[in-house]
Amino acid sequence: MSGRHSRPNQPSNWFQPARVASEPEGRPQPRGAEPERDGPAFLEVRDLNVHFPTEDGLVKAVDGLSFTLRRGQTLGIVGESGSGKSVTSLALLGLHKRPDKRGRGGARIRGEIRLDGEDLVAAPPERLETLRGEKLAMVFQDPMSAMHPYYTVGEQIAEAFLVHNRASKAVARKRAIEMLDRVGIPQPDARVDDFPHQFSGGMRQRAMIAMALVCNPQLLIADEPTTALDVTVQAQILDLMRDLQQEFNSALIVITHDLGVVAELADDIMVMYAGKAVEYGPAKAVFTDPEHPYTWGLLGSMPRLDRAVQERLLPIPGNPPSLINVPSGCAFHPRCGYAQMAGGHCRNEVPQLVDNGQGTLVSCHLWPQQRRGLFAEHIAPKL
Amino acid sequence: MLTYIVRRLLAAVGLLLVVTLITFWIFYILPLWAGQTPQSLAAAYVGKQQDPLALRAVVDRFGFDKPLFAQYFDYVIGIVHGRTYSDGVSLIHCNAPCFGYSFKNYEQVWPTLLSRAPVTVSIALGAGVLWLVFGVLSGVISAVRKGSIADRVSMGIALAGVALPVYFVGPLLEALTGRWNTTYVPFLSNPFQWAQHLSIPWVALAFGYAALYARMTRAGMLDALNEDFVRTARAKGVRERKVLYRHALRSALTPIITIFGMDLGAVLGGAVLLEVTFSLPGLGLLAINSIQQDDFPVVMGVTLLAAFFIVVANIVVDVFYAVVDPRVRLA
Repeated sequence: MSGRHSRPNQPSNWFQPARVASEPEGRPQPRGAEPERDGPAFLEVRDLNVHFPTEDGLVKAVDGLSFTLRRGQTLGIVGESGSGKSVTSLALLGLHKRPDKRGRGGARIRGEIRLDGEDLVAAPPERLETLRGEKLAMVFQDPMSAMHPYYTVGEQIAEAFLVHNRASKAVARKRAIEMLDRVGIPQPDARVDDFPHQFSGGMRQRAMIAMALVCNPQLLIADEPTTALDVTVQAQILDLMRDLQQEFNSALIVITHDLGVVAELADDIMVMYAGKAVEYGPAKAVFTDPEHPYTWGLLGSMPRLDRAVQERLLPIPGNPPSLINVPSGCAFHPRCGYAQMAGGHCRNEVPQLVDNGQGTLVSCHLWPQQRRGLFAEHIAPKL
Repeated sequence: MLTYIVRRLLAAVGLLLVVTLITFWIFYILPLWAGQTPQSLAAAYVGKQQDPLALRAVVDRFGFDKPLFAQYFDYVIGIVHGRTYSDGVSLIHCNAPCFGYSFKNYEQVWPTLLSRAPVTVSIALGAGVLWLVFGVLSGVISAVRKGSIADRVSMGIALAGVALPVYFVGPLLEALTGRWNTTYVPFLSNPFQWAQHLSIPWVALAFGYAALYARMTRAGMLDALNEDFVRTARAKGVRERKVLYRHALRSALTPIITIFGMDLGAVLGGAVLLEVTFSLPGLGLLAINSIQQDDFPVVMGVTLLAAFFIVVANIVVDVFYAVVDPRVRLA
């Protein structure tokens, strides 16, 4: 009994998930990207904590998160609302409000975010300003509210270019037209002078991507890039992001609540719950052989077009937990249908993120064999 | 854009006609309903002199016994075309725009309005610049340094500014500056004295407005700083200072300018309390004096002029909005 829970803690040095069966089949690889696959990590996040002191208590939005990303690689971060996905992405860009001189308000960020070896958590705000848009860029969820209504699309793309490049306005405008053309906006030299409200939703998201890519960033973070779009446009945008990533060989983080979005796009998938990673591994493995009950829940609540209509979706019971009073032990245990199978451990002990022996990290008190058995027996037939 | 402006101007003319109708109704018809007769109206004009012949002459001259729609028609024609008064003996011509004839000081209304307008315009423009600049400035600082000492102090002062009326702030300022000379000096005769003498009234009037604008700007800036597009600007690496004025302030300022246009229009129609407090001979003081003397034509003239300023301010604001916000459709 004790042996089961005396698994070695995660080593303090950075753990690299083995890349077994992580290559999605049939996906063309950019030439020249292969050697970098085994190169040093471009982005290294280690034990990241983002806490917000509030009057009601400390909100632990992100609590001990670690992951790595190499150039040309895509990481999908998946989770419900409030799981800490967006807070993570804003922390990467240094966009959280800093606490004031007396340490009140804002976000307390601890841990390490190493981009090309440079620690962004310790970097001064001016340095982050320089990096933002140039080396790391972000595509936001709602392209209507994320663009300034008073400036033309071209002006906003050109602005991103001019912040980081010494160039004339004419050159920046030309560059904006180029980028609009690159992301597939028809008649870019005419549409460049349109205002955001004259664009359709899909075009706005394309323009947002153009704005993010105008300086050829090496890390692109897309926070729910397709949530505001209808399904056909979603597919186009995802294709576009994949093409652009291969063209620029940049690292890509896609944040979404929809496992389906990242299943094809991502090399790795990290499932987050209550500010922690609960399952992190190669996309194919996480998608086809998920081991964490929460991941099962996400898969079960996903509508599938290739299933009979009368089959019901399986929602995850309960609500996302409060991030101030996170449930004891495993944060998911109040909603988990299998918590009693591991005795009282689920309620009392925080599970560690441990390699399941096949390259996926899972934080669950159930035995790996138990999890696989449960998945094969109860979950897989319903999916 | 041009057709939009033309259409707005035409609509404004219609609106002003409605305003004349209502004011006319209030000043000429309501008294009749309340038991006044053409003779007693005339008596009000003539004052203590109760000679029936003189009353008859006044009734004839102003047409008090004509049908009301005819009187209204004459009034409107007078404004756009001018009119001629006749008492059977002599003719008095009143050039367009003719707002009638004040019998209290035996002058035509329009030249009276014209002589008073520069005072009010001077007050409005000077105070308007003051309150816009200081209100927006302290509002922006408060929003950016939310919770700081600067924020608390300026919001405290703003609360006082909103709460304290002009007739309290005005005399207080006068007392503090040791009986400042606030006599009106026309701008053209001595610009320096004009500004020096008006400075205290400006501050007194601007104080309350600046307080209001500071609070509005602060709220608007706080909203704007939480907008997604401000976050986008930061994500692009735009410098914080530029994020503030190019992205946040730009959208926070639009409603402020709108309200500024309306407020300025309202003050141009007469800053009544301020003009009374400092005895500045502007439109507001004229209105008060005329009301006290039952000088209906003058009161009507001031009312219509004030309405005119408001309507013009409205059009200017709408056009401004269409220029600033590309989403506004000129329908």
